[in-house]
Amino acid sequence: MSLTLVQVIVSGLLVGAVYALFSSGLSLVWGMMNVINFAHGDFVMLGMYTAFVAMVWLHGGPLLFGPAAAVLLFLLGVIVYYGLVRQVMRGPMLAQILSTFGLALVIRYAAFWVFSANFVTLPEGALGGTVNLAGIFLGLPQLISGVVALVLTAGMYLLLSHTAIGSRLLAVAEDRNAAMLMGIRPDRMQALAWGLASAAAGIAGALMAAIYPISPTIGETLAITAFVVVTFGGFGSVPGALVAGLVIGVVQGLSAFWFGPIYRDVAVYVLFVLMLWVRPQGLMGRP
Amino acid sequence: MTVEALPRAGRRRAGWGVLAATAALLLYPWVFTGDFMERLGALVLLSAIAASAWNILGGFAGQISVGHAVFYGIGAYMPLLVYQLWQLPPIVGIPFAIAISLVVAIAIGFPTFRLLGHYFSMATIAVAELIRIVVSNWDFVGAAIGLMGPAVSRTVLDFSFKSSVPYYYLFLTVLALVLAVTWHLQRSRTGYYLRAIKAGERAARSLGVPVRRYKLYALLLSAAFTSVAGSLYALMIGFIDPDSGFGILVSVDMIIIAALGGAGTLFGPLLGAIILVPLREFTNAEFGGGGSGLTYILFGGIIMAISRFEPGGLMEIWNRIAGSRLGPRQRRHRSANRAA
Repeated sequence: MSLTLVQVIVSGLLVGAVYALFSSGLSLVWGMMNVINFAHGDFVMLGMYTAFVAMVWLHGGPLLFGPAAAVLLFLLGVIVYYGLVRQVMRGPMLAQILSTFGLALVIRYAAFWVFSANFVTLPEGALGGTVNLAGIFLGLPQLISGVVALVLTAGMYLLLSHTAIGSRLLAVAEDRNAAMLMGIRPDRMQALAWGLASAAAGIAGALMAAIYPISPTIGETLAITAFVVVTFGGFGSVPGALVAGLVIGVVQGLSAFWFGPIYRDVAVYVLFVLMLWVRPQGLMGRP
Repeated sequence: MTVEALPRAGRRRAGWGVLAATAALLLYPWVFTGDFMERLGALVLLSAIAASAWNILGGFAGQISVGHAVFYGIGAYMPLLVYQLWQLPPIVGIPFAIAISLVVAIAIGFPTFRLLGHYFSMATIAVAELIRIVVSNWDFVGAAIGLMGPAVSRTVLDFSFKSSVPYYYLFLTVLALVLAVTWHLQRSRTGYYLRAIKAGERAARSLGVPVRRYKLYALLLSAAFTSVAGSLYALMIGFIDPDSGFGILVSVDMIIIAALGGAGTLFGPLLGAIILVPLREFTNAEFGGGGSGLTYILFGGIIMAISRFEPGGLMEIWNRIAGSRLGPRQRRHRSANRAA
């Protein structure tokens, strides 16, 4: 295997870790309340612009914008839950799907208005540098964002599986009424889930801002990427999202490397359609 | 609430309403003259056709497609493609477009209809985006630039008119056809099956409704009409590019128009188009290209508000107001219908 190929695969894994982070948020919300957030990709986009604003407008550093994106998006998630999702959750399917779809449009075109349609990037100097890992050259921002995303996704998994708050979240996901009888407030837990999911999207966005050009319409592509990852990994499964995120990252990298840059997304979408035909419950999901 | 389910008094009133609306639609080009208004009228009808087509699947069967632009785009591209390739009149491409749309519909619907609704929504959005990227990079269909129709009308078969009025009446005819088919569907066994599926898939299946097959029927019918709407767009505008054929906003327009008017009602999409298309055209005319940003902030807000407060759309509000004027016996009839 040539060194270039190894480099492509490692880059793919690093990007895939970021995909895993925001997709695990989507998966968590689905697992908790069977709602798909169609605005999830636009939440990631907001995280990217938070990084941009923090760095270019407010002259802050990389240590500022990650937490800033997390806090802002956490709040947005909680607001969206209480203002919109809580009411439509038990409504007809049409309302469930259209509500977050409408939210996605508002966020996307508001960003369009504020930041214009042009692509922007973070300034080079602050986050430059490459690292030489045994002959593989990786951008420092890429390496950092990949590793941080991996740690945070693992943290999300540990939070859900090894803490009291995680047990409460899962209890509500399992049976809302039974959880209520145990003294858990389902509304608060579901709001928390939305907050966590959005914060994950926000941080992932901030991490991606260092690697990718930012534009208001990027949310749609990211949302579809998250759908693909979550379908692959099985809905509601954070470890599944992690594995699938890494796989999708590598698939994107390899198809761009072998066939050309436009096939980056095409390969993933084709894989998605094939997946729906062959194994719709996902790699790790139950049928 | 369907027209035929109304008691006699309500049915008579609905009949007069339909008659008045038909007269108004027939007379519109005589009342509102001038290029802008004539074009606007045609665009309202075109959007009403597309939204009514979406409504068959999204409204009646309850399967929410967010990628109907796939069928619209195929419909818009084929007529201009047969012109580019063989100099044939664009309408020759319409049957090809329908055939391709049906194949694509089966490819999406067959696997996803085994699963519950959200999968279908996600699959449609992904397939639409996939096809948009492929078309944007495929030189055979004009890549990012798109395709042109005949610049000068050669024969009347080119359907290339300077005025928007011929298109207006063409679209009105097609809309009448789509609504007639929808009306018939509502009253048929298929219509009842679709409503049962929408109300609860598991329950429908346990009562012996072949759920997957009927969801597929609704998708095929919906895809075919959406494709026709796309073809009509291409005939009128004479030009198509990937974004105006396959872009996400094409799907957004269909969904919001149907949802505002009332998804799952016969005339909801038409009502939605009468309200939203002028709004879109006026803001675009007023603010230029940047206006589309503003338009879609507004559209997104409207979608959220409908799903949050009034998932039945405006027709539901209208029925409630009209319902409060009915006598007690008719109200009872109506609530019995709603429960069913």
